Amino acid sequence: MNGQGGTLGRVLDLVPSSVMIGVFFVVPFVLILLTSFSVETETGDYALGFSLAHFERFATWFYIERALFSAGLCALIALLSLLIAFPFTYLLTRFGPRTQTLWLIYILAQLSLSEVLIAFSWQILLSRTGGVANILVWVGLAEKSFAMAPSAGAVLAALVYLAVPFSVLLLYPAISRMDKALTEASRTLGASPLRSFFTVVIPVTRPAIISSGVTIFVLTLGAIIVPQVLGKPEHWTLSVLITDQAIFNFNMPFASALAVVLLIISASVIFAVSKFGGGRRT
Amino acid sequence: MTTKITRRRLLGTAAATGAASLAAPSILRAADGPLRVGTYGGFFEESFRKHVYPDFTEKTGIEVQSVAVPTGETWLVQIKNAARAGQAPADVSLMAGTPRREGARQKVFRALDESKISNLGNMPDSFQDRYDDGSLYGVGGVSWYITLCTNSDEIPEAPDSWAALWDEQYAGKIGLLGLATNSYLLEVTATTYFGGTDILDTKEGIEKVFAKLSEVVPNVRLWYKDEGSFQQALQDGEIPMGQYYHDVAGLAAAEGFPVVSTFPKEGGILDSGFWIVPENAKPMDEIAEFINYMARPETQANLARNLGTAPVIRRDLMDLTDEEFAAVSSETPPIIPRYEIYGEHGDWISDKWNQMIAG
Repeated sequence: MNGQGGTLGRVLDLVPSSVMIGVFFVVPFVLILLTSFSVETETGDYALGFSLAHFERFATWFYIERALFSAGLCALIALLSLLIAFPFTYLLTRFGPRTQTLWLIYILAQLSLSEVLIAFSWQILLSRTGGVANILVWVGLAEKSFAMAPSAGAVLAALVYLAVPFSVLLLYPAISRMDKALTEASRTLGASPLRSFFTVVIPVTRPAIISSGVTIFVLTLGAIIVPQVLGKPEHWTLSVLITDQAIFNFNMPFASALAVVLLIISASVIFAVSKFGGGRRT
Repeated sequence: MTTKITRRRLLGTAAATGAASLAAPSILRAADGPLRVGTYGGFFEESFRKHVYPDFTEKTGIEVQSVAVPTGETWLVQIKNAARAGQAPADVSLMAGTPRREGARQKVFRALDESKISNLGNMPDSFQDRYDDGSLYGVGGVSWYITLCTNSDEIPEAPDSWAALWDEQYAGKIGLLGLATNSYLLEVTATTYFGGTDILDTKEGIEKVFAKLSEVVPNVRLWYKDEGSFQQALQDGEIPMGQYYHDVAGLAAAEGFPVVSTFPKEGGILDSGFWIVPENAKPMDEIAEFINYMARPETQANLARNLGTAPVIRRDLMDLTDEEFAAVSSETPPIIPRYEIYGEHGDWISDKWNQMIAG
């Protein structure tokens, strides 16, 4: 608006945040990348260099299978949390502003629960001695209390629990801004509520659904505590293996190589979705 | 004006003090300050400061500066980084088995003068680490046992052999440590089924042991990395059997929990920290005196009573009662971890292990 001075001003405004992002995101990423290619010295130490040994170690069925499992698990979590969050958010937007605000505050407050708290709470909830199985015994559905964790279901439940508040908050702006006239029009034209939901509401909010799904996918891909505490070793994700390598085996190069693989998975999912899934609907 | 301390000035002073304390090790070195002794941060470091150093200073006149060091390989990395700058982050410190073998391979520890450590004779050979040329670089400091622990409410008759891990009647009731390098289950399997840990000398041997060990996997409910969660499950009876630390199990039992620690007939696993000396450490006489002090029967008995660690010297030298001894150790010959295989075949073992526990 102010011509060149304004442009320069805008560029200058970007400097502090760019420097921050550069220092805290780009530099560590470059270090991880360099570490993942480092070479082993004769004494068993590692030095900068170019070696694909750590990526070769990844390229065995065990690690590839782990990577696929992690991606599949997180995709399922994204799907399940959307299935829970979308109808909830849609119904929420039809309430008055006061109710909406109270619910949003409540959901925002859920975000203060860390992954650690959630994992250990679910561990108790699913245990034989203090868990929900005792309620099943009480109502007569089970004969003897049993443990529900560690299991795949436990990992899934806790991660969906972790992801739902995020999904709601990501979906809310788009759904609440949606023009009510659209659904009214479809209802006037004779569509059932269900039909107008599927043919009008979902297509209109598709970009939000997709970006929310991708965010949940990437977010849960980095979860370490839940799979480790609530899962058996066959449910441990790539992130758990990275922690093992970095903290317990102290193999930073291999941990870095696995982290690079994880980043590639995230980046390709984001790329694929934005290229093919985003569409030009809005 | 000079007495007025502004906020900025205060911050400046704080920063300068911070910088000074960061540089402290080299200043102390130049001034020939106290002996810097490193022990694992937390309970160990506190107990050493309380129960060991005051008496050592009284007996020898050598002041000690306590340094909290990380367990695991992080400490080795810090020692190596300091060595590049010609420094030593501590004069003498405890180090666990696997990083110790790694460090020895890279020759980052100073050889010790045995003639100055007269109490070395109190110790079995397994507590003396030597370079290929026979020179001594590591001396046993503290050790502890991992045993077979059970919840007596759920399992009234505690099994007396590691073979119980393979027994189908305990399926779904077992908790084991989650890594090859802290569970030492390869050593346990080798001792229980292959007559000793010699079979682990070769890769083929390790393969055989892995094959046997993998039969345990279906019985295991939890592969734990965090001690707290297993202890809770053991106390509650949620997971009523597994390998656990003898000393902590004893403390839980003393608090009234139905936890029993059994030394299996094949032996408990004896893990330990050794004293090592970084290559740039200077006060060699004081260091030798400290290591010698730590190997005295009185000191070892003191550690058993106050830290709950197992002695690294022969039992008959100490005045521990049967009860005190049983609280920390056993006469059954222990299973001693083969730390070197994790240095030599580390990646391979860790991959095989991960595949095995993932079924």
